[in-house]
Amino acid sequence: MTQAMLYAVFGIVLFGVGLFGVLAIAHVMKKILAINICGVGVFMVFIANASSGVAADFVPHAMVLTGIVVAVAGTAMALSLVVRINALEQQEEDA
Amino acid sequence: MPISDVSSLLPLLVAIPLTGAIFSVLINSKHGQVLTGLLAALSLVLVICAILLGLPSEGLQSTAAFRYPLAGWQAPLGIALSLDGFSALLLTLTTFLVTVLTFYSAYYFSASPARVRFWPLWWLLVAGINALFLSADIFNVYVTLEIIGLAAVALVALSGNKAGLTAALRYLLVGLLGSLCYLMAVALLYHLYGTLDFAQLAAKADSNPLSWAALALITVGLVLKTALVPLHFWLPHAHGSAPAPVSAILSALVVKASFYLLVRFWMEILAPAVTNDALMLLGILGGLAILWGCIQALRATRLKLMVAYSTVAQIGYLFLLFPLLMSAEGVSESQLAAQHQSALAAVSYFIVAHACAKAAMFIAAGNIIHSLGHDDIAKLQGMAKYMPLSLFTFAIAGGSLIGLPPSAGFIAKWLMLNVAIDTHQWWWVVIILTGGLLAALAIFRVLDLAFIKPEHASEQVVPDNWQKVPVAMPLSGLALALCTMALGFNADLIIDLIMIGGGE
Repeated sequence: MTQAMLYAVFGIVLFGVGLFGVLAIAHVMKKILAINICGVGVFMVFIANASSGVAADFVPHAMVLTGIVVAVAGTAMALSLVVRINALEQQEEDA
Repeated sequence: MPISDVSSLLPLLVAIPLTGAIFSVLINSKHGQVLTGLLAALSLVLVICAILLGLPSEGLQSTAAFRYPLAGWQAPLGIALSLDGFSALLLTLTTFLVTVLTFYSAYYFSASPARVRFWPLWWLLVAGINALFLSADIFNVYVTLEIIGLAAVALVALSGNKAGLTAALRYLLVGLLGSLCYLMAVALLYHLYGTLDFAQLAAKADSNPLSWAALALITVGLVLKTALVPLHFWLPHAHGSAPAPVSAILSALVVKASFYLLVRFWMEILAPAVTNDALMLLGILGGLAILWGCIQALRATRLKLMVAYSTVAQIGYLFLLFPLLMSAEGVSESQLAAQHQSALAAVSYFIVAHACAKAAMFIAAGNIIHSLGHDDIAKLQGMAKYMPLSLFTFAIAGGSLIGLPPSAGFIAKWLMLNVAIDTHQWWWVVIILTGGLLAALAIFRVLDLAFIKPEHASEQVVPDNWQKVPVAMPLSGLALALCTMALGFNADLIIDLIMIGGGE
């Protein structure tokens, strides 16, 4: 098994772990973390893709960078929604 | 023939709404934002008209799709935009609906503080939708899916109440998960075939376990975003708690965007990896969606929730496309191609009919909420007297959703029934007709209440804080509803458009 294969297999395992987390865990913060783990798994498969040629292929690198930007934006949005929902719940309790 | 002219117009369809988004941030005043919106909508209409006029006429049906390589870079490295009959139809539909909804939103948000945040997100969403329909690169499609997803979630969250925010969060998590499944498939496909371009993939793709895995991941991811039963759980609340113009565009266009991609992958890009069993499975889920969506629509107590569940049912009809693509034994290739054409024509008709009717219905529901402050179906008794235009719109759009002649919904169902009978799959006929009956029950339940007088004269239908809506609001809904009728009389328009560029 080459190094690239190892990366790809572990990437797929991480994707599975994340997927299980999103579906099985009810806690919303843990769901957000699980989605990030899922994303890391996908990125690792891309990186394994890049090294499978003779010279490193730069197209998967560009895709991973874009993927990371999207993941950050999505996570930020999810966290801000959680914060806002918690604030509203707090208000309800106080009232 | 001016092929290059049409191609060079394609980037404008993305650039115009993006410019609109930027100017909506810069120009913060109420009139400035509305003016930007109307200008952007107008220029989109002009561009799409120029493109439609530049398309070849009937004699040139075999013309390949128009391509525009961005910055002159060719595939596999460059990213291309492309246009064929199917995407041209969806872009025209998008432009039309966005124009009407922009007009509507100008009134809907006129007194609301959410206006400042609405306009930039609105144009970002439109840019994402147009870019998705034009993309010819599977990774670029991922980016457009995320632009659509993030903009749509932010728009759902505009209501700012707890129900809306919770629905938005769930929508966001579902969207991210769906995109990641899709992205994993992109990684697999790039590993297998070394390209991201639609046409190059279609030429190289074959049937092997990794292709199946990629197709399965793409399907799960996109089905999640399209909200096919049993993955529809997020849709009713997200569409039901968003502001009216947002619900309208989500139901009319955003779910269709991921469905469009599914069609691209199943009919074109990964067609060799498709099996009859898989096609049947999607069809069965579609049939379940029709029945389940209709039953839930019947049980809904809020008007917007009812309309949202009707979307779940209508998505089911779209997925009946897949079993109708199945190849029977002894069918020649040209017969199969003709069968694919007519199945795609029927589904395209469905997409257009549902988009117009559903946008009209959400506008009507939005007007009712705007006036009454609630959309509790049980309390709508006698409303027809106070909001005749909105209820008229609701009735016409409902007629199209049920599939009553002469509406576009009727033609769509008729075309679909024809293909089902031609391919000897009579069981879909039963499901399509049952779905129509159940939809009729749901819609007549509302109309029945709205048109009867309250039982007790003393019962107050209209609350004291009743607000009359500007007449432009019900009129824009009515325009959309009347479109479903007009399309019922001009069936050839859409079918001709689909045939351009091989139709697939």
